Amino acid sequence: METIPTEHGLILAGILFVLGLIGVLTRRNIVFVLMSLEIMLNASGLAFIVAAARFGHAEGHIMFLMILTLAAAEVAVGLGLIIQMYRKFHTVDISVLSEMKG
Amino acid sequence: MQEFIWLLPTLPLLGFLSLALTGGSLPKRAVAAIGAGSIGAAFIAAALIAIEFLDSGEEVFVYQTWVWMSVGSFTPGITFYLDGLSLVMMLIITGVGFLIHLYSTGFMFDDPSYSRFFSYMNLFVAAMLMLVLADNLVLLYLGWEGVGLCSYLLIGFWYENPANGYAARKAFVVTRVGDTSMAIGLFLLFRELGTLNIQDLMVAAQTEWQIGSEMAIACSLLLLGGAVGKSAQLPLQTWLPDAMAGPTPISALIHAATMVTAGVYLIARTHVLFELAPWVQMLVAWIGLATLLMAGFTALTQHDIKRILAYSTISQIGYMFLGLGVGAWSASVFHLMTHAFFKALLFLAAGTVIYSLHHEHDIFKMGGKRKQLPIAFWSFLIGSLALAAFPFTSGYFSKDEILLAAYASGGSGVWLWVGGVFGAFLTGAYSFRLVFVVFFGASRGHHDEKEKTGFAMATPLLVLMLLSLVGGWIQIPVESVFNHGAADEARHVSALIHGIMIAVPLLGIGVSYLFFVSGALAVEKLMSYKLAKFLHRVWFSGWYMDALYQRVLVNPFVWLARLNRNDFFDALYNSVIIISRSAHGLIAKSQTGYLGWYLLSMAAGLIVVLAAGVYL
Repeated sequence: METIPTEHGLILAGILFVLGLIGVLTRRNIVFVLMSLEIMLNASGLAFIVAAARFGHAEGHIMFLMILTLAAAEVAVGLGLIIQMYRKFHTVDISVLSEMKG
Repeated sequence: MQEFIWLLPTLPLLGFLSLALTGGSLPKRAVAAIGAGSIGAAFIAAALIAIEFLDSGEEVFVYQTWVWMSVGSFTPGITFYLDGLSLVMMLIITGVGFLIHLYSTGFMFDDPSYSRFFSYMNLFVAAMLMLVLADNLVLLYLGWEGVGLCSYLLIGFWYENPANGYAARKAFVVTRVGDTSMAIGLFLLFRELGTLNIQDLMVAAQTEWQIGSEMAIACSLLLLGGAVGKSAQLPLQTWLPDAMAGPTPISALIHAATMVTAGVYLIARTHVLFELAPWVQMLVAWIGLATLLMAGFTALTQHDIKRILAYSTISQIGYMFLGLGVGAWSASVFHLMTHAFFKALLFLAAGTVIYSLHHEHDIFKMGGKRKQLPIAFWSFLIGSLALAAFPFTSGYFSKDEILLAAYASGGSGVWLWVGGVFGAFLTGAYSFRLVFVVFFGASRGHHDEKEKTGFAMATPLLVLMLLSLVGGWIQIPVESVFNHGAADEARHVSALIHGIMIAVPLLGIGVSYLFFVSGALAVEKLMSYKLAKFLHRVWFSGWYMDALYQRVLVNPFVWLARLNRNDFFDALYNSVIIISRSAHGLIAKSQTGYLGWYLLSMAAGLIVVLAAGVYL
């Protein structure tokens, strides 16, 4: 069976991670920021899977399962916060929220 | 009972703590019960201890509670030392102290800070008892500073008036000069003799030092500095007249009966040291003489009823110093006791006058108050008789002993005697000037006020009147303390000397009578002379001592302080402030509040750390 080379998987994970990071940094809508964060998490998950396939270890898979649960929990909390934020400020634009300015 | 001696400072201290911690939330009756009750209990304890101590026939009783600190060979303890001298002192402090506390429960009743007043008073009594019962100089110094603190707090008791605060600071700073000298004296004594336990110290000093040796002179001079500051003697006497800014019971307790005599106690306690330095002892006598004359002249010219009494206190302590200087230790302590009686009486009576006449202090606005203020009148009459050493009152016995000792001391002693007798003339004149102006003649104001004395205020006056009259018959058990002095020898001098000493105060009273009652002599006539006018000005200002200190010490100091306002060290520390402020400003700028900015800095930081991890 033809296997996908490890480098390809890692490069894909890297591209996904950077895409996510760019999204987090540039997006002003908090929902999209959250989605970009999810992309970053999945990118790191992908890197774990690739590494697990490369070395034939089960730890990578377990780690991915953990990341999945973590991401689910994070989304739940994050969406809750976003709803609260929208209720309070009637906006989802994070650039408007700068109350912590020093 | 003797082993309960630790109760003496503890009871007033407990009173202080309970009053201070409740912070004025107690009702006034409870405050009075705690404030006066704790001192009353201490007096009962002191009396029981005294009876047992005198019965036992022992000369000393030492009771150690615990070791205060232990640094090498230096282990001062919280140890109480009871002998004849501290016995007399503790009875005066608790006894007269209780009477004054009782008086204060009436006198201060309208004051909003009733509880604060009694808490300070109790703290004072605790510190003063610590001072006289201490067996080592460190514990004595603790009490010494404690009473100084209470004196400061109580002079400035009515702190809303800035003048009172100034008087309090002045008292604190001026006595601090003496206290510093005393502290250096303690350091020197410890370095030279290796202990600060008073009795060990006295023994060591006697064996190690020759009479007139330099160390003995230095140490006794330094201790004398402390005594002079606390007892308001020349040249540190300027604080006491201003200390009259405090409530009158304070003046009676602290600035007449007890605290200001701490200097006398200190010298009497360390008298061995002073005997080793005859030159310094002579100096004590001359300081006493100069002070008593200076204060006597000043008291002649004052208008304020309390200032007259303040100068009279300075003058009487001058007598005590005179007695100490000629080695009449027990006579001085005796005078300390009788003075505590009659001066407390005079101050409390003055308090009654002031209280009844709506805080009038000027004696020339009173006049003819004999009928209007009967209790105050009799108190003043008896107190002044004792003060002027009228035959067979308490002051007569004690002052006579001091003057006779001065006369018998030989050398320049005759001059000390002459000065002391002249001082007695002044005492008679100024004390009866006060009595005649306030209570005789025509009323010059305050015609309608009634005397305001309740049970609480009248009882102490009556008891003190009695003590002032018969206090001279009390035998104080101090002979064993000073048994190597010449003080306890019976002195036989000619009837002429005795006659002079009886007659001179009467002469003073007579002169006062001629001026202020009969009108045979008039102050106005006297003041038409230039010299009299000049003397009056000098005396009224207290010999310009205040002005002198203002010019020589205070003004240059203030000038220096102004000059040094932007001094180098301040700049150093200010620069630290400036640097941290600007750094704070820079960092605060990075807190933009934009989420994107934080994330970017996090990502950048991550990259930097990763790059560092990879390349380094």
